[in-house]
Amino acid sequence: MLKKLLIANRGEIAVRIIRAARDLGIATVAVHSAADAEALHVQLADEAVNIGPPAAKKSYLNMQAILQAAADTGCDSIHPGYGFLAENADFADAVAAAGLVFVGPSGDAIRLMGDKVSARSAAHAAGVPVVPGSTGRVAGIEAARHVLIDTGFPVMIKAAAGGGGRGIRIAQNLSEFEAGFPQAEAEALAAFGDGGLYMERVIGQARHIEVQILGDGSDAIHLCERECSLQRRRQKVWEEAPSAALSDKLRDQLCASAVALARAVGYSGAGTVEYLYDDAADQFYFIEMNTRIQVEHPVTEMITGVDLVAEGLRIAGGEALRLTQRDITARGHAIEVRINAEDPARDFAPFPGVVGALRVPGGPGVRFDSMLYPGYQVPPFYDSLLAKLIVHAETREAAITRLQRALSELRIDGMKTTKPLFQALASDPAVQAGAVHTRWLEGWLTENASRLGAAES
Amino acid sequence: MPQILSPLPGTFYRAPSPDQPPYKADGDAVAVGDVIGLIEVMKSFHEVTSEVAGSNIRFAVENEEPVMAGAPLADLD
Repeated sequence: MLKKLLIANRGEIAVRIIRAARDLGIATVAVHSAADAEALHVQLADEAVNIGPPAAKKSYLNMQAILQAAADTGCDSIHPGYGFLAENADFADAVAAAGLVFVGPSGDAIRLMGDKVSARSAAHAAGVPVVPGSTGRVAGIEAARHVLIDTGFPVMIKAAAGGGGRGIRIAQNLSEFEAGFPQAEAEALAAFGDGGLYMERVIGQARHIEVQILGDGSDAIHLCERECSLQRRRQKVWEEAPSAALSDKLRDQLCASAVALARAVGYSGAGTVEYLYDDAADQFYFIEMNTRIQVEHPVTEMITGVDLVAEGLRIAGGEALRLTQRDITARGHAIEVRINAEDPARDFAPFPGVVGALRVPGGPGVRFDSMLYPGYQVPPFYDSLLAKLIVHAETREAAITRLQRALSELRIDGMKTTKPLFQALASDPAVQAGAVHTRWLEGWLTENASRLGAAES
Repeated sequence: MPQILSPLPGTFYRAPSPDQPPYKADGDAVAVGDVIGLIEVMKSFHEVTSEVAGSNIRFAVENEEPVMAGAPLADLD
């Protein structure tokens, strides 16, 4: 078992990891930028170290500062959370080279699965269906033009090292392609230090469905799927488990394919295999694997009763998987919504304000993962996620009713948040019927965004 | 003396991306509506357009430095 863990992250996920570590009797060290000295994760950890100025590049992305903090505080392990250095293979290697445990897969596994091109090849080799596209990174725009013969339009141009919606362009025709390709290249280089791109056919109306897996390097299991079709600018805003769209037969195939891939790459820790599911064709396609804990992991925890962060810490500490596939059963339905510091009535403009009075929802089947407290100054330097509201109930219908109840309890004074968006979505007939796809929300927003300010109660 | 203020809190960038030249070099002239930099707020990038015109731009904030809303970004003649 690990003894002392440094959490190389901030916000709600740093708080979440500190809680899991505490539950296992592991001491915790928070790191923080100068802008986060008052942050909740700093308050909750056993120790805290200031690792640099506000800009993430100089603090949360500063490998040397983080490794130094771990050495200075006598940590035996580092948890990267999500974002920042979580899928940086060189960081995982550097942690290991420093004689510490990286909570997550090996640097080589991150390199293989984190690079979307090699991940695609690995998926294909493991028998997982992939979307038609480039066989690897495209070597510049000239080579990219040839790939268009296979993909046709619309085509997606994606950063090989990407994530979080950056370095992505969709081109409907050749002129959009000619304009979008260099933009995606520049954005990818700026965001990830790697301008490598690949291309894929855009699957028309599809759902985003992903499978949670846990591996210990030799064995792997799945913990069912999540559906995250409600997205804005390719960022998930509402996630649920299980997906109401899948037949039991297809669910079994989907989950088995994720386990096959995890086993094929000797995956260790918590990870997610992401797919597009085309309802009309009843066909799923691998899109990428995330080699880390994900924002939406709580919906899986709610239906399976498994603490994914704690299991990841146990595996990192050298334990074999404690659970077999037969131990995993899904019960009921869970929904998570992302409460972001954004004003949905003003095109989701960021709102870095000060939290006034705070009323947190509670009661049966409600979970609130957050770093908020009254008086907290939300810094402008990091992402806008303030809280995740998660509900669990016997059925999807009951979960939506419970979500409405919990949203009515939630009050974050002083801030504009995405709460009105979720109040409107929870009462929308298409959402209630589950009749959505990955581009449904953007269409809905063009019709409904203007009334979202008034929905606040 | 015309001044360009930051419309938002966040991180200030003088160029559209690290490998591109800055929107405005020191001493450039600025017209109303010209983009003079980017502010990154919560991972989204917002162009800073000048509401004033002038010559000889002098930046008050370094590239990639944090700024508060309303803080002076640049002075003009």
